[in-house]
Amino acid sequence: MNNQTMTSKSFLVPGIILLVGLLILIPIPFFAPIYPVILLSSIFMYIVLTSSWAMFSGPTGQLSLATAAFFGVGIYAAAFLGTKMPLLLVVFVGGLVSAFLAFLVGGLTLRLKGVYFAIFTFGLLELIKHLLLFIEIKITGTRGRFVVLVDNNKVYFIMLAILVLTILTSYLIRRSKYGLALFSIGEQEEAAEHIGINVTLVKVSAFAISAFFIGAAGTIMATRWTYIDPYIAFNMEFSFTPVLMAIFGGLGQLYGPIIGATIFAYLEELIITKFPYQYMLLFGSILVISVLYLPNGLVGLIQKWRVRTAGGENADS
Amino acid sequence: MIVTILDIVIAGLLLGGLFALIAMGLSLQYGVARVLNISHGEYIMLGALTTWTLFSVLNINPLLALFICGPGAFLLGFILHRTLYKRLLAISESPAIFEGKSMLASFGLLFIIRNLALLTWGSDTKGYSYLAVPVSIGGALFGANRLITLGFALLIGIAFYLFLTQTRIGKAIRAAAQDPTTAGLMGVNINLVLALCFGLGAAMAACAGMLISMSYPVQPFMGMEYTVIAIIVVVLGGMGSIPGSFIGGFILGLIGSITTYIEPGLALVSYYIIFVLLLLLRPTGLMGK
Repeated sequence: MNNQTMTSKSFLVPGIILLVGLLILIPIPFFAPIYPVILLSSIFMYIVLTSSWAMFSGPTGQLSLATAAFFGVGIYAAAFLGTKMPLLLVVFVGGLVSAFLAFLVGGLTLRLKGVYFAIFTFGLLELIKHLLLFIEIKITGTRGRFVVLVDNNKVYFIMLAILVLTILTSYLIRRSKYGLALFSIGEQEEAAEHIGINVTLVKVSAFAISAFFIGAAGTIMATRWTYIDPYIAFNMEFSFTPVLMAIFGGLGQLYGPIIGATIFAYLEELIITKFPYQYMLLFGSILVISVLYLPNGLVGLIQKWRVRTAGGENADS
Repeated sequence: MIVTILDIVIAGLLLGGLFALIAMGLSLQYGVARVLNISHGEYIMLGALTTWTLFSVLNINPLLALFICGPGAFLLGFILHRTLYKRLLAISESPAIFEGKSMLASFGLLFIIRNLALLTWGSDTKGYSYLAVPVSIGGALFGANRLITLGFALLIGIAFYLFLTQTRIGKAIRAAAQDPTTAGLMGVNINLVLALCFGLGAAMAACAGMLISMSYPVQPFMGMEYTVIAIIVVVLGGMGSIPGSFIGGFILGLIGSITTYIEPGLALVSYYIIFVLLLLLRPTGLMGK
């Protein structure tokens, strides 16, 4: 019984937080000026990228650097299909194509472990970028493409919807048997296989699900940029930033990547236009410091602090 | 026809010498120190920009800059390993965790070094002319500076090979590459050897940077391109195999010059296709264990 109340309680608290968050975020475009709406959309985008990355790489421990590849596929989906379909369908298709790519990549790279997986995903990004550039220049005869412009509020709402779906999915995965299977693969792949987990299916499907949200975010983000080329769409930074944001925030909890992404996305907006080099310098320094001194990110720090204060109270009484 | 083939082969060797040098440095860092150093190209960039500064401001011969870039980068790499990577090694529970963590730390260093360079040198492309006189080999024309690059790459490669096989510390390095724990038990100061390898890798990168600056334009963003090439060559030669990296560099250089001859736009694509195929079909590389 105790267990049951625990479950309903732990469903209740995040549910309330989500509801309150939505009640605050939904009305914003109706009365706020345009700048905060754009800023919030960027923050949402980073949270989607970071949480999606953490969805796969967190439990399995496989460092994926393919985020920018999935994001870029979504962006190109917007460029190719933007005029041909309704917006929501384009976003959905963008996500699907990314998921399909992830499915293929996941299937091909099952044998690769550790740094091999990381550099493979990185090589994949560069391969797609340069191949696309070659095809665009030599065969289709264009370098860049235009994307249909979409109203800022629409971008805001769609990005918010993707964000909510990403967080809900991460939450459900964490609480399900499927999530446990993912964690056990990260701990010991052979052992996971021996207790009857279909390692291939679980790994590949988790990779594809995470790619779906990344691709969808790319599709809707492209409508804000209006002009894209392979260098803009397949920008390496979109592979690195989610990794840093997630590690800085902490992979142990669902809210870790969200906190990390929010802090960095806001910092970026604040200083990158005036001091781009200083921002990236800070970015690198924080990554090194996090790896050295914050093994569990901010979340770990918060938990340590809570344990310490709780312990102190006990000692007093 | 023969001239064309000769042309392609020599161009490939010239490019390959540079690739081999870059990759040997990374191979040393990954093969022995177990750090897949994503910031490898940044040391190349530092070497190139320092050489440019020494030449254009102080009028120092680029080849003499070797004696400043090499030791400077060695010291930087050595200190980094003694502080940052040593601590990471101490807090990591297993070699696999150390590999992941050290790769992330080198990502951070990439951004730190690159942006410090941007703040120092600015983002515009720089170049200078040194020994850009054409030399004829069997009817094909090549810049003297490129031939010097190849000569230096071979020289450094051979010197390094002799260092590894003939000296006591070289023996310690080879032992540490095979089995760090046992090497430690045999009396090898393992932390010192690892730091030494990391420093040597950085020094090789800086020397490569010096050579690159003689033939190509340089700017603070150039590092990544060379890091990627170094990683491809190291995978091609077999992770951690230094002879493999040396040979792999020349193979990739030849592939590059052949592709460039057929279709210049596809040179980079061909590198990545080889890279992706290699990882899928033979991740241990040509000379890997």
